[in-house]
Amino acid sequence: MCHQTVSLVARHLEANGIPTMCLGSALDIFEAGRPPRSTFVDYPLGHSAGKPFDVADQEMILLAALQGLTTATAPSTLQCLPNRWDDSGEWQQAAGASTGEDTRQPRDDTPQFQLPADRDAALASGALMR
Amino acid sequence: MPVSYMQAIAERYLRLGYQPYRWFAAESAPPWQPVLKPLREMRLGLLSTSGAYAVGQVAYHYKDDCSIREFPSATPDSNLRFSHITENFLVDPRRDPGCIFPSRALRGLVTRGVLGSLADRLLSCMGGVYSQRRVREEVAPAVLAAMRAQAVDAVLLVAM
Repeated sequence: MCHQTVSLVARHLEANGIPTMCLGSALDIFEAGRPPRSTFVDYPLGHSAGKPFDVADQEMILLAALQGLTTATAPSTLQCLPNRWDDSGEWQQAAGASTGEDTRQPRDDTPQFQLPADRDAALASGALMR
Repeated sequence: MPVSYMQAIAERYLRLGYQPYRWFAAESAPPWQPVLKPLREMRLGLLSTSGAYAVGQVAYHYKDDCSIREFPSATPDSNLRFSHITENFLVDPRRDPGCIFPSRALRGLVTRGVLGSLADRLLSCMGGVYSQRRVREEVAPAVLAAMRAQAVDAVLLVAM
């Protein structure tokens, strides 16, 4: 869903004069949405900018995306990075399974704070009204 | 082989008895704006769809929340939080925001002179919005206005 959203937003920005690069981990959704420029990294969702606590990996991905931004010459350019999450392929099988549960949270329309203290901080800043 | 998410989600929903979701499929080539500056002179904006917010801001809700958040680009990772309808993908971002929100790495590139500068304020949204109409009519114009206000040369969009 996020990859669809960035594809739509990138197309809107680009139509209004701002060049864009999309970075993501769902190749098929980029191929369908055709953002102006995109970079695919074959990692589990939630890791489009790299492996956790792996500074070198995160920087390599970021640099590749930014270099792609400046070197792409035609609309709908999609570059695939060579990075691999691991050698097992197990995560791809699990993520592509058709038998999984619905992992989404309920579609609740109240703020879903990560930590209870975040709610207190939002109340204290005035951003959240009681 | 890369995961076929659209097919897997369609099959999963069918199995659970849900209506199929109609994904956006572009029928035309995307618009195109050439990049006019080298990276070392570029002022870059960032949008992350991960539902990131800074401590003191209101978290996102999970029912097609089409709002955006802006916070200073110098916000340390320790003050970043996440709320997103697919919370199961947030396990690692909540431990290390750098795997989905690369502000720390971007600041490093600026310090080293690889990238010209970052927008003063970085942007987020909660990308799990089902209504493509609302993304087009609400999220996209809000992002455009915020990016224009900061006079960025280009935007990096990171999908979760």
